[in-house]
Amino acid sequence: MAQVQAKPGVPASRIARQATSATSLARPTPQSNPDPALNGVEMTGAQSIIRSLEAAGATDIFGLPGGAILPTYDPLMDSQKLRHILVRHEQGAGHAAQGYAHATGKVGVCIATSGPGATNLVTAIADANMDSIPMVAITGQVGAAMIGTDAFQEADIVGITAPITKHNVLVTDAAEIPAAIAQAFYIASHGRPGPVLVDIAKSAQQATTTFEWPSRIDLPGFNAGARPHQKTVQEAARLLATARRPVLYVGGGVIRSGASAGLRKLADLSGAAVVTTLMARGALPDSHPQHLGMPGMHGTVPAVAALQKADLIVALGARFDDRVTGNLDSFAPHAVIVHADVDPAEIGKNRAVDVPIVGDLKDVFEALVPALAAEHEQHGRPDLEAWWAQLDDWRTTYALGYTPTKDGLSSPQYVIQRLGELNDPDRTIYTAGVGQHQMWASQFIKYEHPNTWINSGGLGTMGFSVPAAMGAQVGVPDKQVWAIDGDGCFQMTNQELVTCAINEIPIKVALINNSSLGMVRQWQTLFYEGRYSNTDLHTGHGTRRVPDFVKLADAMGCVGLRCESDADVDATIKRANEIDDQPVVVDFTVSRDAMVWPMVASGTSNDSIQYAQGIAPQWDRED
Amino acid sequence: MTKHTLSVLVENKPGVLARVAGLFSRRAFNIHSLAVGQTEHPEISRITVVVDVDELPLEQVTKQLNKLVHVLKIVELEPGRSVQRDLLLVKVRADARQRTDVLQIVDLFRAHVVDVSTDSVVIEAVGTPEKLEALLSALAPHDVREIVQSGTVAIGRGARSITERALDRVVSA
Repeated sequence: MAQVQAKPGVPASRIARQATSATSLARPTPQSNPDPALNGVEMTGAQSIIRSLEAAGATDIFGLPGGAILPTYDPLMDSQKLRHILVRHEQGAGHAAQGYAHATGKVGVCIATSGPGATNLVTAIADANMDSIPMVAITGQVGAAMIGTDAFQEADIVGITAPITKHNVLVTDAAEIPAAIAQAFYIASHGRPGPVLVDIAKSAQQATTTFEWPSRIDLPGFNAGARPHQKTVQEAARLLATARRPVLYVGGGVIRSGASAGLRKLADLSGAAVVTTLMARGALPDSHPQHLGMPGMHGTVPAVAALQKADLIVALGARFDDRVTGNLDSFAPHAVIVHADVDPAEIGKNRAVDVPIVGDLKDVFEALVPALAAEHEQHGRPDLEAWWAQLDDWRTTYALGYTPTKDGLSSPQYVIQRLGELNDPDRTIYTAGVGQHQMWASQFIKYEHPNTWINSGGLGTMGFSVPAAMGAQVGVPDKQVWAIDGDGCFQMTNQELVTCAINEIPIKVALINNSSLGMVRQWQTLFYEGRYSNTDLHTGHGTRRVPDFVKLADAMGCVGLRCESDADVDATIKRANEIDDQPVVVDFTVSRDAMVWPMVASGTSNDSIQYAQGIAPQWDRED
Repeated sequence: MTKHTLSVLVENKPGVLARVAGLFSRRAFNIHSLAVGQTEHPEISRITVVVDVDELPLEQVTKQLNKLVHVLKIVELEPGRSVQRDLLLVKVRADARQRTDVLQIVDLFRAHVVDVSTDSVVIEAVGTPEKLEALLSALAPHDVREIVQSGTVAIGRGARSITERALDRVVSA
């Protein structure tokens, strides 16, 4: 079979250097001022924080007060522009800000006090950093004079979060508050998005200052992203026009960039196969005929096989994560790699790249689509018939499915599939925790729009679902938000249902209750001879049901429903959907023996994917 | 693995050195030496860092460094096209009997004696790490009491200045 080749004479390493060297310094960016009358007004640092958040465009913030942030909570009470949601744990505030940001594309904001308040945000900050979520965390810090003295509730949160933020800063001078907050919002939302923490000493909050919203953002060392290099775009187009087995490997960057429309155009024009990673589900509608589903450890066989057999992979806002590539050395051995990403550091990090394109995905599609059209005009369209015959064969033979349970209990896959089928993809947002239910939710729900699937991908944070759903619902009140959660995850963060009930945030929780830490249990089944060390949670069938999730829901001001058989699944989902003035928790009691398939065992080659337990696909061995 | 010398121009802000050093350890890169100081402009500091790393990981660490908001510019200084120097201070026991021998070595390496007492001398030497290593071996037969060494500092040969453009921007701001 013909191999596509990167053009000789254009050494990839040199292109990489050119495309990624950041020798020129960023120019100052003008900054709009929504309320110029405030400039020059005397106020406290605390008031300055509130005015700055308003000026930066924040409308909803999630937080919990405490000593070192108390001064700021006073003017917050009078703000006409900021809605503050009082959470029950700061981690909930962090994940809510993430869910809000993910659902709306705006910067999510969370706020906490010093010490334990700030450290409780750490998991959410790390999560946002891994999944490139634009978020600003405001933390109070002990008074400037007490910093470094092990004062009450003192923690060096700037030091603690330096490795897990895009940037962070300690402010001890009230005059610096507006610039610090303006820069935080700018950094969080420009280039590759990420979390920024602003730690503000209590003394700065209490000091008197003259408010001055900066007229420009001046960060000479901050690279907000370059325009894609025309030469490399041209080369990518040439490869796409000549490849015989092309795959678009779509990552979360396409979602963050808001570039789904461009992706659609490129997919349609190129005729290439498309796979969307866990972070990119919804970037291209699942109903699109070229969409093969999710690649990776629990991806579809066609998606995994397409990458393995591809002669060209165009990675778009993806990062060749180990959960996608499996054993890196045997990943996609025949493929020439085009890698487009706004973050130059991702290019060549894990897999050597033949054609690097640095730039925002929106700009990349804008340049690449016409370049490809021009190639087609000149040389005609490539013949992809054999490739699609092969892909369609895999799609038919290895369609996504599951085996019925043997214990007579509901299949978790069935519950999740019905959720997807009974809810309108145009007006439903799903969130998930981490584990089996997350994988099934990614596999069995058909997503048609970006930002309708919100989960913790990179960090794999259990407990993400409920608070993220709360944030998403606050950001998008006119859509229905279903939090798909496991019984393990749910017990980590369900306290935010109280927040939801009190604040009339009517999320729905589909609790996929298999009475265990299901994914760990699955690995114990497969790799530890069924020795179930510490994975039994006693929440399901035939157990003491501690806690009883229906009673717990009731106690937290939510409607609690229970569904124990396949026959009741539809009616229960419909009943839950009828309730829109209260949060709902549905305890779907399911079989604990269901496993997530297909599966590429950790560290092994994608070639050894198992379609179901003990069933390996037959490959064309000549390849 | 090979040694590479990077000059990292950074905004002179609190915590910058910790961020740069933290990034190296977090990404599992070994720092051989590190030196930091002011430049001709007080708003810019210059970190010279020598790392033991292969070409490809070096590119990765450079890109990661570039993402730090206070990092303005990173330049690799190749040994042939730059002047690279370490500073060494050595305290050697030397009474009247041994002093001549020690002073001979000092002369041989064009080093200096910067402190003398009745039974010791402190030697100051500047040079490449190789030269300083040779000096230390020559002194080894004597009673070396204390050694302190700076990180490497390096500057490109010729008229070009790597701070110029960086300075430009920060000054006009």
